[in-house]
Amino acid sequence: MSRRTRDALVGYALLVPSAVIFVWFFFYPLVRLFVMGLHQQNRTGTAERYVGWSRFGDVLTGEQFTEGLRISATYVLYTVPLGLVLGVLLAVAANRRLKGIKVFQTIFSSTIASSVAVASVVFFVLLNPQIGYFSSVKFFSLSDPDTALRGVALSSVWQNLGLTFVIVLAGLQAIPDEVDEAATLDGYGPVRRFFRVTLPLISPTLMFLAVVLVIFALQAFAQADILTQGGPVGATETLVFKIFRSQQPIDQGTGSIMALGLFGITLLVSLAQFLLLERRVHYGN
Amino acid sequence: MSEVAFDGVTKRFGEVTAVDQLTLDIADGEFMVLLGPSGCGKTTALRMIAGLETVTEGTLRIGDRVVNDVEAKDRDIAMVFQSYALYPHMTVARNIESPLVARRFHVDADAPPRKLTAAERSERVDQAARSLGLTDLMGRKPAALSGGQRQRVALARAIVARPSAFLMDEPLSNLDAKLRAQTRIELVELHERLATTFVYVTHDQVEAMTMADRIAVLNEGRLQQVGPPQAVYERPHNLFVARFIGSPPMNTVPGTVVRTDTGVAVQLGGQRIDLDPVAHEPLADGTEVVIGVRPEHLAVDPDGQVKAQVRAVEWLGHERLVVCDLAEHHITVRQSSGAEPVAPGDVLALTADPAHVHLFDPNTTERLN
Repeated sequence: MSRRTRDALVGYALLVPSAVIFVWFFFYPLVRLFVMGLHQQNRTGTAERYVGWSRFGDVLTGEQFTEGLRISATYVLYTVPLGLVLGVLLAVAANRRLKGIKVFQTIFSSTIASSVAVASVVFFVLLNPQIGYFSSVKFFSLSDPDTALRGVALSSVWQNLGLTFVIVLAGLQAIPDEVDEAATLDGYGPVRRFFRVTLPLISPTLMFLAVVLVIFALQAFAQADILTQGGPVGATETLVFKIFRSQQPIDQGTGSIMALGLFGITLLVSLAQFLLLERRVHYGN
Repeated sequence: MSEVAFDGVTKRFGEVTAVDQLTLDIADGEFMVLLGPSGCGKTTALRMIAGLETVTEGTLRIGDRVVNDVEAKDRDIAMVFQSYALYPHMTVARNIESPLVARRFHVDADAPPRKLTAAERSERVDQAARSLGLTDLMGRKPAALSGGQRQRVALARAIVARPSAFLMDEPLSNLDAKLRAQTRIELVELHERLATTFVYVTHDQVEAMTMADRIAVLNEGRLQQVGPPQAVYERPHNLFVARFIGSPPMNTVPGTVVRTDTGVAVQLGGQRIDLDPVAHEPLADGTEVVIGVRPEHLAVDPDGQVKAQVRAVEWLGHERLVVCDLAEHHITVRQSSGAEPVAPGDVLALTADPAHVHLFDPNTTERLN
């Protein structure tokens, strides 16, 4: 056996564990979704028959899916820009050499350690229409179908803020002090320095965060489930929420197809973000 | 064009005093080098001129304006950083243009300063780029440039706004030796062409000696000596300057002044070095001193009064450094490579050029002669 072959064999052997995990937990379920989407179950869920691809078209253009998608897309618009802006503001505020600044950095990043459930319970107490501290604020009232999604979005923004803050802060700290000083000596004040130097130099970080936050938002489920159970009148039924609700023993196809639709959309959105933003993003040397 | 004047300027960072009571006048159009080892306060002094550090005590003037409370962006100063600090996301052209965008300039006679038009900016950028040979690189980003090219872009960005003073913080330290030597000459030419105040920070005495009109030597935050390179080299005011300037450094050996009927001498262990009796009139018999002689002012001479044993010989091509043991001290003798060969173990008789013998007080380290 040549050295080259032996090296290759060792390499593949080392890849086996991760390949097994990938196939078992990712690839196989994906294939199963297709299979379930192509079959219809009987009343007891004990047998299935092939119904074909036409069902994909029906489900993906159906009201359930499009309405869920509309709500999820709105949710993305509510959470991602606000989350990014707040994260950048906090990180810029905390990125200075002051005594005790670590305390603030720790506080600002603390939501990273909270789960969706914790965040939702916190906001449940704040926003609950009966007992909440902010129940009188109409703008994100959970009892009004027009505003309930904003309330849910708020809890997501809060919960993701720690992550955004930590990552943006790391991005800011990677900018050499001299570059900012050079801009000062070139005659730029703090605000212009931010837009001229800081923002372009953290653009790769922001691009990464934008992709991640969009994916998080498209996957939102627990927030809505805990805060509103999808209500009022379905106003906070995100796509994942609808997928979860549609999955029953006698119908495993609809949810599967919707899940595949969400997968495809997430994939496309992420690709589009990379392609569009890539051109505007500066990656340093 | 402006003079820069430090008047009793102190900078403290918490408990640490980085610059201590610095008083230094930098004349309009002068090339002043702040020289010293790392941590001596030279960069802090420079950053105070730039406005990147505040002044703790004292006053700092640029031109006739006290700038203690003037913001960095309003000081009309350009700085070349050690790391060049180019904007990585901008092309060379936009990097050079940067100081022209935000500021107002006196363009029209009898009119208040105004912002430059795009055409005026581009003309100035082209001019700066041409003078530094960057015309072909204008569309590139810094990552696609060599170290020397980046350094030129930083220089172009500094000169484009025609500031009243240029500050340079070790701008050559990231270049290789050959390019550094070449750039030294170019910087001197640039200074002559612009006729503007340059304040240049370095720890490299070669840069200081070759470029400066005057050198300010700093150590531990304090100014040790200011003067033209030759004066600082030939008449160091204290032991620190004597040992810091010159390569290899000045030989310094403790001794005692001895007055005899025939004249004045310094006694080193069992040996003596005669001094010029007129110049050393005030020194009393028995004064403890540190005697300093530069390696090139020691010569092998059969009549020499000082005997030293050769320890090592370093051959450098054009010259030879002979390291000798003298009492418990090492001294270095600089010889041309054509001199008679010596080998470790030889005992040499040495004379010191009496015109170039330096005496220092061992306690205050100040110069005595």
